[in-house]
Amino acid sequence: MISKGILVLAEHDNHQLKRATANVVSAASQLPGEVVVLVVGMECEAVVEAVSHLSQVKRVLVCEAPSYAEGLAENIAVLVAEFGKAFSYVLAPATTYGKNILPRVAALLDVAQISEITRIIAEDTFVRPIYAGNALATIQSLDPIKVMTVRPAAFKAAPMVSSSAAPIQKLFFAADLKLSHFVTRKSSIAKGPELSSAHVVVAGGRGLQKGENFGLLEDIAQKLGGALGATRAAVDAGFVPNDYQIGQTGKIVAPDLYIAIGISGAIQHLAGMKDSKVIVAINKDPDAPIFQVANYGMVGDLFQILPELSQELAIRIDKT
Amino acid sequence: MKCLVPIKRVIDFNVKVHVKADGSGIDTENVKMSVNPFDEIALEEAVRLKEKGIASEVVAVSVGSNMVSETLRVALARGADRAILVEHVRELESINIAKILKAIVQKEMPVLVIMGKQAIDDDCNQTGQMLAALLGWAQGTYISKLTVHSKDKKVEIEREVDNGLEVLTLALPAVITVDLRLNEPRYISLPNIVRAKNKPLNIVTVQQLGLELKEHTKLLKVEPPVMRRDCIKIKSVKELVDKLIDDKII
Ligand SMILES: Cc1cc2nc3c(=O)[nH]c(=O)nc-3n(C[C@H](O)[C@H](O)[C@H](O)COP(=O)(O)OP(=O)(O)OC[C@H]3O[C@@H](n4cnc5c(N)ncnc54)[C@H](O)[C@@H]3O)c2cc1C
Repeated sequence: MISKGILVLAEHDNHQLKRATANVVSAASQLPGEVVVLVVGMECEAVVEAVSHLSQVKRVLVCEAPSYAEGLAENIAVLVAEFGKAFSYVLAPATTYGKNILPRVAALLDVAQISEITRIIAEDTFVRPIYAGNALATIQSLDPIKVMTVRPAAFKAAPMVSSSAAPIQKLFFAADLKLSHFVTRKSSIAKGPELSSAHVVVAGGRGLQKGENFGLLEDIAQKLGGALGATRAAVDAGFVPNDYQIGQTGKIVAPDLYIAIGISGAIQHLAGMKDSKVIVAINKDPDAPIFQVANYGMVGDLFQILPELSQELAIRIDKT
Repeated sequence: MKCLVPIKRVIDFNVKVHVKADGSGIDTENVKMSVNPFDEIALEEAVRLKEKGIASEVVAVSVGSNMVSETLRVALARGADRAILVEHVRELESINIAKILKAIVQKEMPVLVIMGKQAIDDDCNQTGQMLAALLGWAQGTYISKLTVHSKDKKVEIEREVDNGLEVLTLALPAVITVDLRLNEPRYISLPNIVRAKNKPLNIVTVQQLGLELKEHTKLLKVEPPVMRRDCIKIKSVKELVDKLIDDKII
């Protein structure tokens, strides 16, 4: 196969490039051909600038129109399919952004979409988790254009290089199908780093009993420079907003350190965190399944352990 | 307003799955099968729309072997008015399922297709978006709230996205895919199970729908992941912090 290159759809909010894009660029650089990034939005100069400095990126395509401002899948998919057909690969991050748009692109191109790849074996062969990560499938694509979402946590982010910038090319193609309309966005403003890319994640489950008790976790997270996460049970109970959910149907994280507190370790939760480097579990039930995937386990009452841990960290961690 | 609800038969979410020794797939012999949990939520939403007088009919559809009719009976017991089974033996990619669903939509002419955001077996999260593209319809994915404005021919949805919630309106007809927090499906009552036996379940084949389906991917192998770790039991907070510092984790 002679590669016609890789088109990566950048994720952003018109102001900031989402970090996951850099992970996808790094996956793309393992494939044959030139890595080209497409930025679709409205008044997104800062994003374009950031993309042009990502290492491995050979060209940046930019298409701006009011109909692209809010990330509506129907409009963006038409554009990505139109320009994507000249490439051998079309990639996007396996985030709610990428997963919303890319299947639509694949259908417009009459090809399959391969979801959430975690490894590239060959130019047409990929690994992806199935059954909440309880199995890994190796899949060969038979399509001329391979449309795939990439699990960001499975690929190291491509670094930024300030010394050089990839050339930028403007596209003029405003699709406006008027099928869906943006009304409003309710973002929960979390303190600290972004959950998906944080080096430390402190996550709580139903064992926390109520929302206020997440303050105990926040304190630990802050001391470790980490982000807060939660189980579905904790989100359903209203302890924390939906975007804290980690798991099969929430976010996938793979931080250096994952501290699971008052979490039983249901397979649907493990699906989102089992690839973390070091896992610490704190649970009062010695038979909780979370201990099977943990490196370090503490059996005990979290309401006793957390204040102690907070104190110990305050003494031991050098805050410089 | 007619609602179409696609249903997938999957291994029950409580079952611990096992990879077959020859790496050809997942063991499904003598394993409990259920309706995909997300599809149950989709169906519940459609049934509620009917109870509110918004939906006129709820049609469940599934693609698979004749064993799937058992799953469709469950959908009928959950309140679908009738069911369609598209018989097909080979595992199909989402794009092919979407093509089959498109053919069904063109026959049934629903105004709203309500489906699960993903199946818990292949975790693909694609079919709804693909169906919407093939039909040229609006799509609303990962929804946690739905309000139908029949007069204005639109729906308002709230979607769960990575950085919170997003509210959109979609022109009808539309495809929506549901997330877990949209509703809590009810328990099935015994009278409803009995009633389901007499509800219509039609079987069609892919050929009868006039479709020729291409093969897009090949499954080369399935392996179990490395999951288990040797958990060191820690007695004190001090010991834990020592370990993490020793490992250069903090
Ligand atoms: C289709 C589907 C998708 C799903 N997707 C997800 C997903 O993406 N993410 C997810 O997380 N879940 C998901 N779930 C839900 C999942 O199956 C579990 O129900 C959920 O993860 C359990 O959350 P939990 O561990 O917080 O609660 P529980 O299972 O109730 O566990 C609470 C734990 O806290 C411990 N505990 C209680 N009090 C204390 C104390 N004082 N000190 C120490 N420990 C204490 C208990 O021993 C227990 O182990 C999904 C389920 C389905 C069906």
